[in-house]
Amino acid sequence: MSAQAVRPAAAGTLPGTQRSRLSAANPLSTLGAAVAVTVAVLLTVDWVSATVVLAGELALLPLLRINPWTLAKRIWPLLIAAAVGAYGTALLAEKTGDVLLDAGPLLFTTDSVGAGIAIGLRGLAIALPGIFLLVTVDATDLADALAQRLRLPSRFVLGALAAMRLVGLLVEEWRTLGLARHARGADAAASPLGRFRNFLGQGLALLIQAIRRATRLAVAMEARGFGSSERTWARSSTFSRIDLWVLAYGVGLAAAAVWAAAAAGTFNFILS
Amino acid sequence: MSAANPVAVAARDWGWRHAGRKAQAVAGVSFDISPGERVLLLGASGAGKSTLLHALAGVLGEDTGGTETGTLRLDGAHPQAARGRAGLLLQDPDSQIVLSRVGDEVAFGAENLGVPRAEIWERVHAALDDVGLRVPLGHSTAALSGGQKQRLALASILAMAPGLLLLDEPTANLDPDGVLEIRDSVERVLDRTGATLIVVEHRVAAWAQLVDRVIVLDAGGGLLADGPPQEVLTAERTRSRLAEAGVWLPGAAVDMPPPLPALRSAEDLLTADGLEVARTPRGRAVLTGVDLTLKAGDALGITGPNGAGKSTLALTLGGLLRPRGGQLTASPALAREAGSTPSKWKSAQLVTRIGTVFQEPEHQFLTGSVRDELAFGPLRAGRSESEVRDTVEELAHRLKLSGLTQANPFTLSGGEKRRLSVATMLATSPDILLLDEPTFGQDANTWRELVSLLARQRRDAGCAVVSVTHDREFTEALGGRILQVQEGCARLQPAGPAAGAAA
Repeated sequence: MSAQAVRPAAAGTLPGTQRSRLSAANPLSTLGAAVAVTVAVLLTVDWVSATVVLAGELALLPLLRINPWTLAKRIWPLLIAAAVGAYGTALLAEKTGDVLLDAGPLLFTTDSVGAGIAIGLRGLAIALPGIFLLVTVDATDLADALAQRLRLPSRFVLGALAAMRLVGLLVEEWRTLGLARHARGADAAASPLGRFRNFLGQGLALLIQAIRRATRLAVAMEARGFGSSERTWARSSTFSRIDLWVLAYGVGLAAAAVWAAAAAGTFNFILS
Repeated sequence: MSAANPVAVAARDWGWRHAGRKAQAVAGVSFDISPGERVLLLGASGAGKSTLLHALAGVLGEDTGGTETGTLRLDGAHPQAARGRAGLLLQDPDSQIVLSRVGDEVAFGAENLGVPRAEIWERVHAALDDVGLRVPLGHSTAALSGGQKQRLALASILAMAPGLLLLDEPTANLDPDGVLEIRDSVERVLDRTGATLIVVEHRVAAWAQLVDRVIVLDAGGGLLADGPPQEVLTAERTRSRLAEAGVWLPGAAVDMPPPLPALRSAEDLLTADGLEVARTPRGRAVLTGVDLTLKAGDALGITGPNGAGKSTLALTLGGLLRPRGGQLTASPALAREAGSTPSKWKSAQLVTRIGTVFQEPEHQFLTGSVRDELAFGPLRAGRSESEVRDTVEELAHRLKLSGLTQANPFTLSGGEKRRLSVATMLATSPDILLLDEPTFGQDANTWRELVSLLARQRRDAGCAVVSVTHDREFTEALGGRILQVQEGCARLQPAGPAAGAAA
């Protein structure tokens, strides 16, 4: 049995999507590509670079097997935030260029609208890589890569991995606690102060349960020899040709964005 | 898979005191267990069974801040120096799963022991075969049933090739099928590897055939009994003391409270009509088409495999979840001034009508003392101070909590916590009492107390008692009806020995 055959069959982290072939890339290269793209968009505030990056990101949707409609449904708060940001910027940015609309306090010019569009696109261009990472990177694979490739301490990496699994259980626990306390008559207080106190009480109860669970898990891990001696790894974290492609795409997209902005004369360094 | 050498265990006047405690958790324990022996470890709640198992697994040490006396040795070595020689299986499947994929989970222990990669995967396959868990290695660990999770945990231990298996109430949270799955897996593994076994379990019947020795810890220190199962479990002298310690003895008569007179002309309380339940309002329906009428003084047991939707049904009947479809109607006798839809009742209205006792008592503790805990509900329901004082005293006395009224609920023993969580619900004298797995992990003494308390509550207060449970003895003892829940639908039948056989 080779480690490669144990590639995750479990579904991707974004419900309603399937795992893609890009999941076979090492999480470190995916992470590296995302960082490169994000840095490029962060460097400059202009609509050209943001458009190039966003287009490059959206072009990946079929490869990632993400249905654009599913994506829109899941990230609608982000879309609204981007629209609000764009509108606010257009309203408040310096009013240079030709006047597009002048209605009393509402004054839009070509430059202010351009700045608004840049802010909106840029927000989305920064957010998407994070979502793509959630879909493609499996937490266990990332832990393997961090410990085996970046040589982070295995105790720390695996501890964090186990803790992440507990977070999922705690979400369910919070719901159960809410019902259990309702059954006791705990949320009878209608005043805001009463509600707040009840919320604090439930938070404390959750904290107690979290500590108990964590303690039990720590015992279970220790009983299985965790942290006792030099450990081996059942899965090897390897790089393959696909990693080259992933990294090249990320760095290439970042470079293309900066080049396009410079060529169009819109490059606008964030610190200038 | 490399078969490990069975481990010999030796204890000499061994004891352990947890940090910050005055009393010894275990004291003066001596025994020798030869390699390959299969031992059932018994004792009252608090006698230190779990402490002993944890020590043998090497997870109790000076760094956990306790104090060790005497010696405990695995093949002559201190358990902490013999990590990996012993594998520990705990009670709660959820809190011992580390990773999200089945294959990785089984490999985890072997990785920690530094086993070479190729051999790890051989061991993983062998271990999964041993426990009969046939799912892909990439299968999500969260998607397994309770019994499967526990078999996964067992496989994870087997992949370490331990010479000593330590099982700490491995089946207390499982349905009857899950209990057999685990018992059979353990037997298969022992037959193949010849490993030494020490198992702690209240319910002796399932394990008595498998073990060849029974050791009973005395809560006061030392051993109460040590010998072959037939001798220890049947000898008159030890039997009475085991019963006192809350051990479930095979063939022991359970003294039932007097049978209930049939309640005639009882009033309808709650009617379900084509009820459909789901965990979240718009989530998938786990159970549909439930038709049911609950009358005053009724007893109803809800049974079925893990994950069939029993608890969700109970939460819905209890007015805590909104029905996904169909009707759940409270009769005027139950609703009084509160309206006929239980899920719309305010918290304070709910506590005087339907009391729901959750599986985990700690989820329902709200205050810092047993007294405040008992007084909380009645005060919320608007009872007067003197009334509340009387209720608290009466309940504390009836549930044997009188000496503990100042204690913090979280510091109580498992049985005490269970009694308190039931008492807090009785304090507001609801017309319906719902209990989710009230007998999980309880010893025989707490079990008997619960049965007699609930039976009295039915007879004397006309309280309808609904319990979600795998425990056939419990539903038989309470009588009434059984709602069998399976594959999305529910079927009513009378409670009794036949109900278990028919299922």
